[in-house]
Amino acid sequence: MSLKTEEMILNMGPQHPSTHGVLRLELKLEGEIITDVIPHIGYLHRCFEKHAEAMTYPQIIPYTDRMDYLASMYNEFGYVLAVEKLMGIEVPERVEYIRVIMGELQRIASHLVALGTYGADIGAFTPFLFCFRDREHILHLFEITSGARLLYNYIWIGGVSHDLHPDFLRLTKEFVDYFRPKVKELNELLTFNQIFIDRTANVGVLPAETAINYGITGPNLRASGVKWDLRKDDPYSIYDRFDFEIPVGNGEKGTCGDCWDRYYVRVKEMEESLKIIEQAIEQIPEGDVTSAIPRRVKPPAGQVYSRVENPRGELGYFIISDGSVNPKRVKVRAPSFVNLEVLGELCKGHMVADVVAILGSIDIVLGEIDR
Amino acid sequence: MMYDWLYNLTGSEILAAVIQSLLPLFLFILPFALFAVLLERKVSAHMQDRLGPMRVGYHGILQTVADIIKLVQKEDIIARDNDKLFFNLSPLIVFMGSYAAFAVIPFSSVFLGSNIDLGLIFIVAVTGLVVAGILMGGWASNNKYSLLGAMRSAAQIISYEIPTMMIIIVVIMLTGTLNLYTMSEWQTSYFWNWLIFGGPGFGLAKFILIPFMMMSALILFISTLAEVNPTPFDIPEAESELVSGYHTEYSGMKFAMFFLAEYANMFAVSAILSALFFGGFQSPFGYLGNLFNVPALIPFEQFFWFTAKGIFFVFVQMWLRWTLPRFRVDQLMTFCWKYLIPFAFVILIIVGLITVLL
Repeated sequence: MSLKTEEMILNMGPQHPSTHGVLRLELKLEGEIITDVIPHIGYLHRCFEKHAEAMTYPQIIPYTDRMDYLASMYNEFGYVLAVEKLMGIEVPERVEYIRVIMGELQRIASHLVALGTYGADIGAFTPFLFCFRDREHILHLFEITSGARLLYNYIWIGGVSHDLHPDFLRLTKEFVDYFRPKVKELNELLTFNQIFIDRTANVGVLPAETAINYGITGPNLRASGVKWDLRKDDPYSIYDRFDFEIPVGNGEKGTCGDCWDRYYVRVKEMEESLKIIEQAIEQIPEGDVTSAIPRRVKPPAGQVYSRVENPRGELGYFIISDGSVNPKRVKVRAPSFVNLEVLGELCKGHMVADVVAILGSIDIVLGEIDR
Repeated sequence: MMYDWLYNLTGSEILAAVIQSLLPLFLFILPFALFAVLLERKVSAHMQDRLGPMRVGYHGILQTVADIIKLVQKEDIIARDNDKLFFNLSPLIVFMGSYAAFAVIPFSSVFLGSNIDLGLIFIVAVTGLVVAGILMGGWASNNKYSLLGAMRSAAQIISYEIPTMMIIIVVIMLTGTLNLYTMSEWQTSYFWNWLIFGGPGFGLAKFILIPFMMMSALILFISTLAEVNPTPFDIPEAESELVSGYHTEYSGMKFAMFFLAEYANMFAVSAILSALFFGGFQSPFGYLGNLFNVPALIPFEQFFWFTAKGIFFVFVQMWLRWTLPRFRVDQLMTFCWKYLIPFAFVILIIVGLITVLL
């Protein structure tokens, strides 16, 4: 006698504690084993690209904040670089340094959320709160600079909206000293915990070739052992002046490119960001930060593609200008959107619990996927 | 003693026995659940650099009372496609299974529900009922997450009952009784007489037994812990995967019953561990009552030591819960079948040989 078995279809999300927003996953299950995963997106679609066509160039900046809301500074950074490239603006030295410091602080803040929520996905709740405690220090720095904690509208075309708070550099220095031991604490509590390693090592292995074929970028690509970071390989702003390493995954606890590698690359990247911030604080010159801001942003007709290394990968802006104050088209290459595509490939043959581990390790932000 | 008094009061044997069995429940476990919820929130909060509840009463001590009032007021939602009979029955069975265990747990030499000779077997039997309740709830909820949670839970509880039973057999071989009260009496006076230190007496066997007893205590703690599902064994209600597992669909008082059962279980695990291996209600250093020649003081001291041991192990459970990540379902099974059961077997054989030969 053979038992009649049936494929079970399980809807995970859009309201689910660990889909990191409003993502719906359609899981096809054979018992607890995944046979297929189909992500359904679009629950947070806000027509960013269409909206942008009706806005002037500076008006678009607050909209870019709202794409990847965990890395708002970096979204602004990428956008203004694209517009500046189109208009041929040279920005003052001090502005470059401020942007880099903000960008790297944002990278740490974003990775802290990624690592903390990843711990919560695996079932350890305490690291989550430890990470948010440390992120709070960064948000405070952003708050004294721009007045906002999440959506800053701080980096403007040709400069930044206003100069740093007088305490900012001192507080940032203090933060760097405070945060170094905290990374160690996180490693002791979560990274090298045997249960955590059992849950994440050898799970969701992404070989380098597959990663490149899918167009994966950012920490996910580096975890697969590919040393590709736009800050080094296609330097923008003043990243070529700093001395820092590009951490790559090496399969320390399992196979190269598994969930543990993706997690650990982010931990190591936070340490590298601290190095960049330290160097930038030492080198930052005095000067005016608003002098290069154009009074009227009206780029010449033409098109530009500019890309930056966002905490999640390659964030690209493709802007077509027809010479008017409104862009004709703004296309965003969102790293989360591209990275999510590989989910189905990674999940096949794993268990329901692993979907959560894999999804968390890809570190998506739905605001950026749906835009 | 207490039974005689109740018998005189009520004039009926059955009534006296029933009241006596229910006493620990009402006098201790229900208030304890309220306390444990608050303790858990405070412990987790301080481990996570937070303060925890601070608003209701001094440092939030009335928070759980407020929570219970809230839960009682909540609407009891029963969805159209739920299997109503089993859906309603499930929390009752889970609640009953967890709370019935306390009837035989000796809190002190006078304060124990019922002094039956099959105490240990009774505990294993009634807590086994919980599986049925969980399966019922998961099935009757008509929700895929609940079903997955219930299936995982059943597999987990049944697997982990095997090492639990093996260690219980080890204990029975050494103590020669299934009665928890006799077992506690046996490990009398000072802490070196506790079973974890090889039991009373100073023979050769005691010193050989010590390492095996420590391992047994650890295995018993882990496997009973796994039966009551806190992190790292909380895969049946793994929040990040299955929302709340088998009780996803429950609301109001029915949810509260699952919730209270969980906290009662936490204490039950600690109580069984301390009754078997840590001298039960026996004081580690002798009694003040003996010192000052006030025998009436002794039961109160015993009660104090039992709850102190219980709460200590409850604290250890919370500590684990807020430190460790969660196992995956297959890793949990591997851990049980490949590590705990073989170890328990080895201990069983060695302890058997020791009891026969020495």
